[in-house]
Amino acid sequence: MIVAILTIAGLATVFGLILGYSAIRFRVEGDPIADQIDALLPQTQCGQCSFAGCRPYAEAIATGEAEINRCPPGGETTMIALAELLGRDPVPLDDEKAAEKPKSVAYIVEQECIGCTLCIQACPVDAILGAAKQMHTVIIDECTGCELCLPPCPVECIHMHPLEATPETWKWPFPAHKPREAVHG
Amino acid sequence: MAEQKTIWPFHGGLHLDDHKQASNRHPVQLLPLPTRLVLPLQQHIGQPAESIVQVGDTVKKGQIVARAPDYVSAPVHASTSGRVVEIGTMPIAHPSGLSDTCIVIEPDGDDCWDDLPEPMADFMQRSAADLRERIRWAGIVGLGGAAFPTAVKVNTGGQTAIDTLVINAAECEPYITCDDLLMREHAEDVIDGVAVLRHVIGARQCLIGIEDNKPEAASALRQAIVDKGDHETEVVMVPTLYPSGGEKQLIKLLTGREVPSNGLPAAIGVLCQNVATTVAVADAVLRGRPLIDRIVTLSGQGINAPGNFRVTVGTPIDFLIAQAGGYSDRVNQLLLGGPMMGFGLHTDQVPVTKAANCVLALSHEEAPSPPAERPCIRCGECVKVCPAQLLPQQMFWHARAHDFDRIQEYHLFDCIECGCCAYVCPADIPLVHYYRYAKTEIWTQEREREKSDLARRRHDARQARLERLEQERKSRLRKKKEALEKKSGGDNADSKKAAIQAAMKRVADKKAAQQSAAQESGSD
Repeated sequence: MIVAILTIAGLATVFGLILGYSAIRFRVEGDPIADQIDALLPQTQCGQCSFAGCRPYAEAIATGEAEINRCPPGGETTMIALAELLGRDPVPLDDEKAAEKPKSVAYIVEQECIGCTLCIQACPVDAILGAAKQMHTVIIDECTGCELCLPPCPVECIHMHPLEATPETWKWPFPAHKPREAVHG
Repeated sequence: MAEQKTIWPFHGGLHLDDHKQASNRHPVQLLPLPTRLVLPLQQHIGQPAESIVQVGDTVKKGQIVARAPDYVSAPVHASTSGRVVEIGTMPIAHPSGLSDTCIVIEPDGDDCWDDLPEPMADFMQRSAADLRERIRWAGIVGLGGAAFPTAVKVNTGGQTAIDTLVINAAECEPYITCDDLLMREHAEDVIDGVAVLRHVIGARQCLIGIEDNKPEAASALRQAIVDKGDHETEVVMVPTLYPSGGEKQLIKLLTGREVPSNGLPAAIGVLCQNVATTVAVADAVLRGRPLIDRIVTLSGQGINAPGNFRVTVGTPIDFLIAQAGGYSDRVNQLLLGGPMMGFGLHTDQVPVTKAANCVLALSHEEAPSPPAERPCIRCGECVKVCPAQLLPQQMFWHARAHDFDRIQEYHLFDCIECGCCAYVCPADIPLVHYYRYAKTEIWTQEREREKSDLARRRHDARQARLERLEQERKSRLRKKKEALEKKSGGDNADSKKAAIQAAMKRVADKKAAQQSAAQESGSD
């Protein structure tokens, strides 16, 4: 009897110590799930999910506050990737219309720009170049197409230009079930 | 010389009707210059070249009109003398049918050469780096169709020793005979190019792999080897079996070594070059000439006079076809490349590029419209013929389900798109189309991931900067406030003290004055 109690107590102490030690030694900083979710999000920082950027939305998903279907730029691909990561069921997109929009970048009509810097302050990724009373321009390679620069512009000189496919970025279409095209002997 | 060398067969492959007699019975014909030459800036794998000429400039033959902006890139040369009349987007030969940036030159008819660099007859005394620089200057890319910059390919970085140079003269696709004719007519140049390449990569021996349906070309090469006294180069006949001209397949056939998945032939001590590329290297090093023309096969029942033509790069395909007697009334489909790996052209108003080896105008009988695909019955025929030993039916399954992670587990990127699987498929499934779809989707996703990583870094940097600015602003305000308080507080105390002291002093002085006055009056 005594032996049994001592054994159990001893085991409990040993495991307790191991657990306590690992809690300190292998402590994880931050929220790894939020990091993984953030890595899947498209980082447009557009706020269409109603959060102030991709990271806050990722944290909200991680804590279960937000659904996984609120990222229109990511579209269905991102939603399915999130569902797989979190082991949830895929859900239809919150705003399907927004998700179907073609990828585009902001374009400043330079003749109309008055150099007010409001768009520069709004851009979440510093993709607009310019200074007070100087013409502004968008660095296309760094623009995420979030459209956050459109509302602040007092002269409405910023337009969204859809990104056209080049031979470099062109994708083979999914094979249609009708004859033709496919090249085989 | 004719002793039988061991051949290590590769897995799968197909015996195809080679249709080569249509175009290999006449010598290569010289094509006249067209009225407009269209030079695409992207004729190679890597960064597109950057134009260094303006509209209106006069250029000479062989002058660089677009420079290579990056290591993996190739310059573009003016292929004749004339005037630059346009720089803009124009239709190019691409499966998408999209346009890309091109430089248009109007030939002046003089065909006048620019100052060319010195021929390097003493190449054996030159360093490999010098020779690579020359190959790079000449804008040479893989002429077998892949168009990878040759100067990059021959730079093995000295990390792996290359013992064998393999020259790909298999030309395994039906219809194509441009390499066959090149070898028959320029066998000595091939052997010269072999000598240069062997020196550049430090290879001990060279094996030229050629399919046994090209006996004239093989004997021409053997004769050239004897004439040049080259004892380290050997012509090896391989059985005619598609796709023996695939790089990995040919290396297996000739050396018995297998290129590892995701690896380069350099990993097993081999470097492979196409035979036309080899001649271009000889031209660049021994004659100082850039790559500005190539031999193109024009064939198919849709062409009146099939044959091989020496075509200036930038020549529109419709001009080439018109020179070959035009279309016959049987033409149904226009292809760039062979019938197995080529792609359909949307228009014939696109230019011949460095890598364009063949233009096919096929009749309805030669290329019947494929019937609608039927469900896969898992017969396994595709597995039997796959030269890369993949599982085409599994890859098809995952491509159809858009499952790009699983399809990569089945080594999608080891697929060479040879088309054997689709050729034998009894259900007429366009398998290669599915793989190309999956590959381009995966590349797009990768590009998007890179872009989102960049956006995240920039967003984080911006947040950090805004936070820092806010902190700085706050600390500046705090300091200002403190300084103000200190100043006003400190001054007040001092002045009060001073005022009190001054007042006290005044009182004391007054008292002292009164006392002394009283004493004086008292003593009086």
